[in-house]
Amino acid sequence: MSYEVLQVLWFILIAILWVGFFFLEGFDFGVGMLMPFLSKNDTERRAIINTIGPHWDGNEVWLLTAGGATFAAFPHWYATLFSGFYPALFLLLLALIVRGVAFEFRSKDPNPKWRSLWDWCIFFGSLLPALLLGVTFANLAHGVPIDANMHYTGTFWTLLNPYGLLGGLGTIGIFLLHGAIFLDLKSEGVIRERAHTFAKKFWIVQVLLTLALLVATYFFTDILGKLGVNPGIVPITGFVTMLLTGTFLNRKRIGWAFAMTGVTVALTLTTAFMIMFPRVMISTLNPDWSLTIYNASSSAYTLQVMSIVALIFVPIVLAYQGYTYWVFRKRVSADPKTLTY
Amino acid sequence: MDLVILSRWQFAITTIYHFFFVPLTLGLGWFVAIMQTQYYRTKNENYRRMYKFWGKLFLINFAMGVVTGIVQEFQFGMNWSEYSRYVGDIFGAPLAIEALLAFFLESTFLGLWLFGEGKVPEKVHLASIWLVVIGSNLSALWILIANGWMQHPVGYVINEATGRAELVDFAALIFNPKAWLFFWHTISAGFVTAASFVLGISAWHLLRKNEVDVFRPSFTMAAIIGMIGLASVGLAGHTQGQELMETQPMKMASIEALWETEQPASFSIITIGDLTGKNLVWEWRVPYLLSFIACNDFSCEVRGVNDVQAEYEQKYGPGDYVPLMVITYWSFRFMMGAGLLLVVVYGYGLYVAMKGWPEKWLKWMKWLPLMIALPYIANSTGWILTETGRQPWIVQGLLQTADGVSPLSPGMVLTTLIGYTLVYAALMVADVYLLRKFARAGTAAAMHEGEDVAPSILGGSDDAEPVLLGAKK
Repeated sequence: MSYEVLQVLWFILIAILWVGFFFLEGFDFGVGMLMPFLSKNDTERRAIINTIGPHWDGNEVWLLTAGGATFAAFPHWYATLFSGFYPALFLLLLALIVRGVAFEFRSKDPNPKWRSLWDWCIFFGSLLPALLLGVTFANLAHGVPIDANMHYTGTFWTLLNPYGLLGGLGTIGIFLLHGAIFLDLKSEGVIRERAHTFAKKFWIVQVLLTLALLVATYFFTDILGKLGVNPGIVPITGFVTMLLTGTFLNRKRIGWAFAMTGVTVALTLTTAFMIMFPRVMISTLNPDWSLTIYNASSSAYTLQVMSIVALIFVPIVLAYQGYTYWVFRKRVSADPKTLTY
Repeated sequence: MDLVILSRWQFAITTIYHFFFVPLTLGLGWFVAIMQTQYYRTKNENYRRMYKFWGKLFLINFAMGVVTGIVQEFQFGMNWSEYSRYVGDIFGAPLAIEALLAFFLESTFLGLWLFGEGKVPEKVHLASIWLVVIGSNLSALWILIANGWMQHPVGYVINEATGRAELVDFAALIFNPKAWLFFWHTISAGFVTAASFVLGISAWHLLRKNEVDVFRPSFTMAAIIGMIGLASVGLAGHTQGQELMETQPMKMASIEALWETEQPASFSIITIGDLTGKNLVWEWRVPYLLSFIACNDFSCEVRGVNDVQAEYEQKYGPGDYVPLMVITYWSFRFMMGAGLLLVVVYGYGLYVAMKGWPEKWLKWMKWLPLMIALPYIANSTGWILTETGRQPWIVQGLLQTADGVSPLSPGMVLTTLIGYTLVYAALMVADVYLLRKFARAGTAAAMHEGEDVAPSILGGSDDAEPVLLGAKK
C-alpha cells in the first residue's frame, strides 16, 4: 500500500476507535449520570451500576486505544492535541480516575456517607468526560489557534466558546438518552419504567439540541466547503435516526431505539471527522499551519507494521468483547439476592 | 519554578504511584489463578475460599492500577509533547499495541470473571482469570519494550528531513535485550511483591489461629513462590549489571558514585561524604564486589564518572552528563537492602512451613505483615534508579529531557502536579483502608458477596438509608 493510502487508512481507523468509544462508553457515561436520579435506594443504585458493571472498563479501553493509535500513527496530532488541550485532558483524567475507582469501591463499605461519596464520583466522573469530549470534538471541527510550529497558542477558555459548549451539551444529552435507553433494555421493574419515562421525555430535548448543533455547524465550521449545502447521507441519517428514536420509544421497540441513538452518536462524530479530513488539527490562524494526516503522520514503515497488528488483533478484540455482551444479555433486576457486588 | 523540574516531578509522582499497584496486580493474579485452578481440579472448598479471599484483594488493587494507568498513556502527549514528536514513530507503536493486545484482554475478562460466575461455564470462568493474568503481564512486556528503547535505542534512524527518530526494524525494537531483562526483573519483582503480601496477611491470621486451613496453604505457597521470585529477581538484576556496563556506563558508575576508573572495583555498602567524592567522612567497602556486579568477574575494570563524562563530551559536545548521584547511589542501596532482607524473610517462611509450624518459631510471624513494605520499597527505588540514572537523557544518547518537555506554563504544570498529588493521596487512603479491612475480615467477607462485614471507620450505622442527592423515600 502506498504511504498516502496508509495515512488515510489510519485516519479512518482512529475515527472508528473514537466512534466505538463514544458508542460504548456513551451509554455507560449516560447510565452513570442517570444513576442518582433513577434510583431511590442503595439496592437500586447497585442494580443500575450492574447493568454496566462488566463492561465499562472494557469500553474505556477504546479511549486508551484511540490515544495510543494516535500516538503511533500521528505523533504530531497526539503531541499538539494532548499538550494543547492540557487542562481539559487533566480534568478528563481525574474524572475517569475517580469514576473507575468508585465502581470498585462504593459497595465495599456499608457506610451511607462512603457510598454517597463514591456515587457522586460516578455522577461527576460521567458528566465531566461527556462535557469535555463534546467540547474537544466541537473545537477539533471548528479549528483552534495553532502556530507555525504545530503548537496550540490558546488557553483552556479558548475551548469554551459557544460552539464548543454546544458540542459539550449535545454530547451530554445524547449520552443521557443513549444511557436511558440502555437501562430500558437492560433493567427490570421500576428502574426500567423510570428509564423509559425519562427517555421519552428527554427525547424532544435532544432532538432540539441535535438540530441546534447541526445548524451551528454551518456557522462555525467549514462544513459548506467540505460537505456542501446538502451535507450528504452521513449527517442526515444521523439526524433521521434521532427522530426515529422517539417513534421506536413510543412503540416500545427498545432494541431499535437503542440502535437509533447508537447510529446518531456514531454518525455525528463521523461528521466531525469528515469536516476535519484530511486535517487533524485545524489552525484558525493560518490554513497552512494546520496539521494534516500528511504532515503529522508516522513513517510508512511504522504505519505498515501497525496495520498488520491492527488487522490481526482488532477482529479478536471485537469477538471477545461481543461475547461478553452476549453473556450479560439478560436484564439486571434490583433484587439483592441476585446482584453481584 | 522551572518547567522541566516540575514536569519531571509530576512524571515521577504519577509513575511511582502507578507502579505502587502494578507489581501486586502482576503477581497476585498468578496466585488467584493457580488457586482457582486447584479448586477446579480438586473441588476442595478451601481452594475456593482462598481464591475468593485473595481475589477480593486483587480486585481492590487492580482498580487503582487501571485508573492510574490512563494517566501514563496520556501524559507523554500532555507533558512531553516534544519528546512525543521526536520518538512517536517508534515509541507510539508499543503503547498502541499494549492497549490493543493487553488492556482489552485484561479489562474485558476481568469483567467476565467478576460478574460472570454462574453465568458462564466454570471452565470459561477459570479461563477468564488466566486471560486477565496474561493480559496484565503482556501489558508489562509492551510498556517495558517502550521503556527499554528509551534506555537503549535500537532499530531506528534519524531522519534529517523530518528531524526525528524513525523506526526501521520492528524486530529489533521488540527483541531489545534491555526490554527483556526489564521484563524478567519486573515480573519476578511482581511475584515477590504478591508473595510478600500473601505471606504477611496469612501470618497475621495464623498468629490469631484464624482459618488455618486457608492461610497455611496460602502461606506455604507464598513462601515457595516468593523465594523462587527472589532468586529470579536477583539473577535478572545481576544480568542487567553487565548489560548496563555496555549500554549505560554512566548509570553503572553513578550507582557506586565511582568518580575514577577502578580495577578491580570495590563496592561501598555505605558512604558518608559529599557529592564530589572528595571529602570522604566514613565508608564501608567490600573489595572486588563492584567488578562482580558490573562484569560477573571479580577483577574487571569499572569506568568512573569522570572517564565517561569525558567520552560523552567528545561524543555529544560540552555538557553535564552526570545524573544526580545522591539519588542513584542511595536508591540502589535501598533496593538491594530490601531484597537482602527479604531473603531472610523467605528463609524463615520456608523453614516454618516445612517444619510443620513449630510453636516456638511462630512468634516471629508478627513481623511478617510489616515486611510487606519491603518489595514496595525495592520496586519504587528500582525505578527511581533506572529513570534518574539515565539523566540528563530522556532517550539515552538521542534526546535530552529538557528538550522533550511540552511548552506549557510552569504555573499550569504546578497546578496539575498539586491536583494529581491530592487526588492520588486521597485514593491511597481509601485503597489502603479497604485492603486492610478485607485482609483482616478473612474469607467470610469475600465469600459473602454483597453483604457488608466490618463496621466502617466513618462510624455510620448499617441500616441507615444512604442519602444521595436527597433521594426521596
